[in-house]
Amino acid sequence: MNAVTRAERARQLDGEAPTLAFTLDGRTVQARAGETIIEVARREGVEIPHLCWTPGLDPAGNCRACVVEIKGERVLAASCCRRPAAGMEVSSDSVRARAAQRLVLELLQSDLPGAPLKRDDEVGAWAAKLGVGPSRFAARAPIAPDLSHAAIAVNLDACIQCTRCVRACRDEQANDVIGLAWRGAQARIVFDIDDAMGSSTCVACGECVQACPTGALASAGGAALQAAGRQVDTLCPYCGVGCQVRLHVEDDRIVQVEGRDGAANHGRLCVKGRYGMDYVRHPQRLTVPLIRRADAPKHAGAVADPAAAMSCFREASWDEALDHAGRGLRRIRGECGPRALAGFGSAKGSNEEAYLFQKLVRLGFGSNNIDHCTRLCHASSVAALLEGLGSGAVSNPVMDVTRAEVILVIGANPTVNHPVAATWIKNAVRRGTRLIVADPRRSELARHAHRFLQFKPDSDVALLSALLHTIIEEGLTDARFIADRTSGFEALREQVRGCSPEAMAPLTGIPAATLREVARLYATSRASMILWGMGISQHVHGTDNARCLIALALATGQIGRPGTGLHPLRGQNNVQGASDSGLIPMMYPDYQRVTDGLARERMAAAWGVPAAQLDAQVGLTVVELIDAMRRREVRGMVIMGENPAMSDPDADHARQALASLDMLVVQDIFLTETACLADVVLPASAFAEKTGTFTNTDRRVQMGRAALPLPGQARQDLWIITALARQLGLDWTAYGAQPRDCAAAAAAVFDEMRRVMPSIAGITWQRLQREHGVTYPCTHEGDPGAPVVFTDRFPTADGRGRFVPTSIGAAEEQPDADYPLVLITGRQLEHWHTGSMTRRSAVLDAIEPDAVAFLHPDELARLGVRAGALISITSRRGQVILYARADSGTPPGTVFAAFCWAEAAINKLTNPALDPVAKIPGFKFCAVRVAPAASGGRPTTIGKP
Amino acid sequence: MRYACRVERSTIPILDAASARQRRRQQPKGRQVDAAVLAELRTWLGDEPLRRDRLIEYLHVVNDRLRCLPAPHLAALAQLMRLPMAEVFEVASFYHHFEVVKEDADGRVAAAPALTVRVCDGLPCEMAGARELLARLPALLGREVRVVPAPCVGRCEAAPVAVVHQHPVPRATPQAVREAVQAGRTHDLVQGHVGLDAYRAGGGYALLRQCHRGERSADSLVETLEHGGLRGLGGAGFPAGRKWRIVRSMPAPRLMVVNVDEGEPGTFKDRWILERDPHRFLEGLLIAAWAVDADAVTIYLRDEYHGCRAMLVEELARLRAEPPSPGLPAIELRRGAGAYICGEESAMIESIEGRRGLPRLRPPYVAEVGLFGRPTLVHNLETLYWVREIVERGAAWFVAQGRHGRQGLRTFSVSGRVARPGVKRAPAGITLRELVDEYCGGMQAGHELYAYLPGGASGGILPARLADLPLDFDTLQPHGCFIGSAAVIVLSKHDRAADAARNVMRFFEHESCGQCTPCRAGTAKAGMLLAQPVWDAKLLADLGQVMRDASICGLGQAAPNVVDGVLAHFAHEVRS
Repeated sequence: MNAVTRAERARQLDGEAPTLAFTLDGRTVQARAGETIIEVARREGVEIPHLCWTPGLDPAGNCRACVVEIKGERVLAASCCRRPAAGMEVSSDSVRARAAQRLVLELLQSDLPGAPLKRDDEVGAWAAKLGVGPSRFAARAPIAPDLSHAAIAVNLDACIQCTRCVRACRDEQANDVIGLAWRGAQARIVFDIDDAMGSSTCVACGECVQACPTGALASAGGAALQAAGRQVDTLCPYCGVGCQVRLHVEDDRIVQVEGRDGAANHGRLCVKGRYGMDYVRHPQRLTVPLIRRADAPKHAGAVADPAAAMSCFREASWDEALDHAGRGLRRIRGECGPRALAGFGSAKGSNEEAYLFQKLVRLGFGSNNIDHCTRLCHASSVAALLEGLGSGAVSNPVMDVTRAEVILVIGANPTVNHPVAATWIKNAVRRGTRLIVADPRRSELARHAHRFLQFKPDSDVALLSALLHTIIEEGLTDARFIADRTSGFEALREQVRGCSPEAMAPLTGIPAATLREVARLYATSRASMILWGMGISQHVHGTDNARCLIALALATGQIGRPGTGLHPLRGQNNVQGASDSGLIPMMYPDYQRVTDGLARERMAAAWGVPAAQLDAQVGLTVVELIDAMRRREVRGMVIMGENPAMSDPDADHARQALASLDMLVVQDIFLTETACLADVVLPASAFAEKTGTFTNTDRRVQMGRAALPLPGQARQDLWIITALARQLGLDWTAYGAQPRDCAAAAAAVFDEMRRVMPSIAGITWQRLQREHGVTYPCTHEGDPGAPVVFTDRFPTADGRGRFVPTSIGAAEEQPDADYPLVLITGRQLEHWHTGSMTRRSAVLDAIEPDAVAFLHPDELARLGVRAGALISITSRRGQVILYARADSGTPPGTVFAAFCWAEAAINKLTNPALDPVAKIPGFKFCAVRVAPAASGGRPTTIGKP
Repeated sequence: MRYACRVERSTIPILDAASARQRRRQQPKGRQVDAAVLAELRTWLGDEPLRRDRLIEYLHVVNDRLRCLPAPHLAALAQLMRLPMAEVFEVASFYHHFEVVKEDADGRVAAAPALTVRVCDGLPCEMAGARELLARLPALLGREVRVVPAPCVGRCEAAPVAVVHQHPVPRATPQAVREAVQAGRTHDLVQGHVGLDAYRAGGGYALLRQCHRGERSADSLVETLEHGGLRGLGGAGFPAGRKWRIVRSMPAPRLMVVNVDEGEPGTFKDRWILERDPHRFLEGLLIAAWAVDADAVTIYLRDEYHGCRAMLVEELARLRAEPPSPGLPAIELRRGAGAYICGEESAMIESIEGRRGLPRLRPPYVAEVGLFGRPTLVHNLETLYWVREIVERGAAWFVAQGRHGRQGLRTFSVSGRVARPGVKRAPAGITLRELVDEYCGGMQAGHELYAYLPGGASGGILPARLADLPLDFDTLQPHGCFIGSAAVIVLSKHDRAADAARNVMRFFEHESCGQCTPCRAGTAKAGMLLAQPVWDAKLLADLGQVMRDASICGLGQAAPNVVDGVLAHFAHEVRS
């Protein structure tokens, strides 16, 4: 559009920009090159009214409220777009400038509704400041509201056509829904082709609401007019991007969520972060400890309906519930040994909770049977990264896409699963970065891609081997990097020798020429970033998939510099931190192997126990634990905030396993499908109710702060862990955990963590409170932290990155005549993980209320099913019934479904076959058949008060 | 009467809760592209890779076939071009000649009317009876034919004008329009112009060849133009030679754009020149492109000049086939879509880039950052037309043509109450009285000079007692007026200046791009204030000041001129 883009500005402001002097309202002031007059004025404390300009958006210069008089010029200039020249004489408060500013405000005010739609209505505020009286002009004709969207109310009667929403939607989020259509006085904000907002492609990120100066776009339900007595700076509880938010709280309720200028989000949020916080106060919140009634035996099939399941429990006091749980666990430990107990932690809990929970299992239970959902998402990525590079975390933050020349996104759908991360990718593309998207499903990101490779499901290794083959064959490797910093290249060369693009084309469905072009682009760019998600990791060959990506980076030297490297997009808000903190069966905190005697000694010393007390045997992983339960080798469990009854493959099998336990203790905020199978349910703390640190996908440790008190008798998770520890004979009172406030305890636990975890040794609690977040490795106090790692060596024994050859494997279960389609599972934008939180959020539930499966329209036609009709999907393991959604992005021959629907738990169908290295199940591939269904399954009461 | 046709929008169709839920089950968010429409569109657009900047051309392809733009086609076009739907819709809804049609409740798109008759209601046509035509034609032409008012169509010498589809009916009467409709006369044809052969036979393109062969230097040409005092004849009057000098000094690649979006009410000279001597203009264009070393040239022609477009397509093809000199730059002819604002050079550049015609903020100027971000030479057609003549006949000859101390020739478009309206090539500095008496056969019988607008809708209004001012750039500023594109509209005592102001303000309100507050809200509020029989002079003055001071472009800055003129010279009409 007009004026200077932010990219241009950034370039101009980079480095040692010279300054120039000019006169502003009679004062001599200095401007850096590239600064606009209004920016200088702000710095100098000179207030100039402005509406269309707002920090963070490209200037547009359309409202004209900020006009200033420049000596010698015929007309006034918009100070938001105009850059001063040396010696320029600028007046923001001359009679002429003020007259224009005031009249602009008067013109706008004449068209606004009588009462403001927003508490901090900017037109009203400026008008009051400049003493603009009631408008002398007649109003325009009123414009009808559009209340079709669950999250956002549209009242264009209050619109001043400043286009902040357009720029927020288009330039910032690149969701591209909002436009300013028509022209002149008819110019009007539209969604898509002038569609109702509720029928548009709007993804409800709410960026437009945050940008709107008048409340013409505002959160539905009148939040913009509600007072909020407190503001709490904390984090979004959902994905691994780690957006910083400010919660506006009134009467112990979250009134509004605002994006904060965090390193990962810079004010941006997505629909979940913006509108998905109300689950915290859902009537189905657990507020009293529950004990299973003696007359209500566990039944694996009875989990889909929390209302019905409630009747299986009775309320109990905390003392009774803890006592009951402790007795059961102690009995199993005593009778069957420590390995008969296990714990599932959660990647949604804080670092301190994860650390203390694994400590509970390792010291209190006495085994390494501790795991969490990382096993189900990125275990294979982590395994391959540890093996190849010596570190399981990302090499560069997401934000480095803005410094890349080529971005390869493979097996990831960030617009859905990491929406704010996706915005940076889209922004980079608009500035000229070439994006390559490779995925069997066409996601929204494909529209922005330079090349989109819609390869056949399960052909990842073939695809990536073809790229490696091309790079080696065409001499595009970085020979120096390979020689200086890697080992094992010859084996890789051998392995991909037969994998020419021509040979791989039939396997992958991608023309050889395209594969070659992409390989060249990736290898020869100045800086190439690879980002991947569970499309890579959730395969029985997931580790091999990730090995190929590592090989691409090592062979081309595309790692170890800003803007180039490897980034597995972490799913949960603290999946990085939970793994770092030792919530995995083979490693202590900071990835020290439990089989390593020295590591055991270090941990034992830190924990004040004899080394012999620590189990030297690697514990069982998630799916292995389920099998061990079926074999009665594991008989007791504590599950903190996980929901394996929904998230594990072959869910019926998993539910039977959970139901077979002698003692299952679940601490959670809702009666999840897993909690339905518990013996004891402990009401715990929601994200917004606790203080702790969370590590995002960028390795950034960030501070989450309690904003709300706990409801009823709910307790802090950290306190619950210490209470369970006490039941198992551990005295952890020194942490100082209080039932309803664990902020101080969290600080104490974190302090212990930094003593046993060298990677975060330099991060202090005080610094986190001050700076909100610090990136590790941060090895000593004062260390700024390292967003980009592997710059000169890899943290392996010999300092070299290692090529690990792979083989072209295939999923265990291929489609056949009985089960002709491939089922791909994943997530949807509005629903998080197993849906326990998001389906209890009013807005998210309203936007996506029903269980749906995605099929290509041609596939639907072939099946004789109309879009929107009920279908059954059946695999060798189970069946679900849901609605068929026509989606041209899903390739024919496949069906996609998310695992958030309790009434249609898709993991009943998935195959528990595991990747041999990482023990991750192949959620992305199993054989199913689809048929029309006459009627639905039992509807769930989840989310329905 | 308002231009209601484009802005009548039904209330937003909002699905009830049950159908919204069912829709969510059926499909992903938002409109889905209809596979059949997509396939149809692909055939219409051909195999060439789609270019973002040609979006408006593609919209014309659909609009020409369907006489409207159905929403499903816009969605399909967005997908084909990998553009957001909103971006396509913004552009489609910006231009008056596109009519977006949405689906009804059953998802069907109503067919567009078989035929549209546009009645020009620009000031000269309104004075000549456009209102009566608009009132009478619908009944006369029947339901199949849609009759709509249109802003100035650039044929003011033949007012009132009605356009049957693309066929202009000069001096239109209801009967003449009905005859054209019944006879199926729906297209425009330019005939009798000097074609390529004739132009070359008359010595045409010799100058260009001299330039290309190095027999003339760009510097010498610039000097000649500077001595001749050739100024931008689109209205701004920027010295042409200096413009060439500036653009030449900018880093390559450089581009050139020719503004033939003649839209100032009362102006029709560019069409008149094009219809007669197109190659004289094209030679000037090629010389200018050579002088500034432009890689490519875009001619932006207003959509209303359908006959000129067809002729120009043909003549450009011939020129390409038989180039008078090797190494001509690519010349692309682009079609406007009904937007006065696109005559503003930066808005035109936006339009050529396939976007809404929103003027850009200056600085930077288009000579520095123009089309596709490149330094760009922008000229009006007539400016280029004069290049050959001034170089061949010499700067001194041109300078000697003026009157009353002014220099050069001007091409006046004269309309209104004169006996012989039309294009008048007259000395710069001629007075209105001289122009009417010497060139236009005096006033129409029974009419006495009352007022005149010296520069179309933008240039203000002057009373008869100021009919002896020299008409040229820089001479009318003291009176709050300017000559602009030299469109002179003459009012007689049968007319009222206040009505002229209302007509003109309605035009500006209709044509405001809507980008900035002073113009968007200002023209609308001014329209409401002018509708009153008695004007609020204080409020109009305040409003005029902010429009003049704070609007982004000349449209908003000049829109209050005529109001000020009425208050200064014709206050008796609007006082209580």
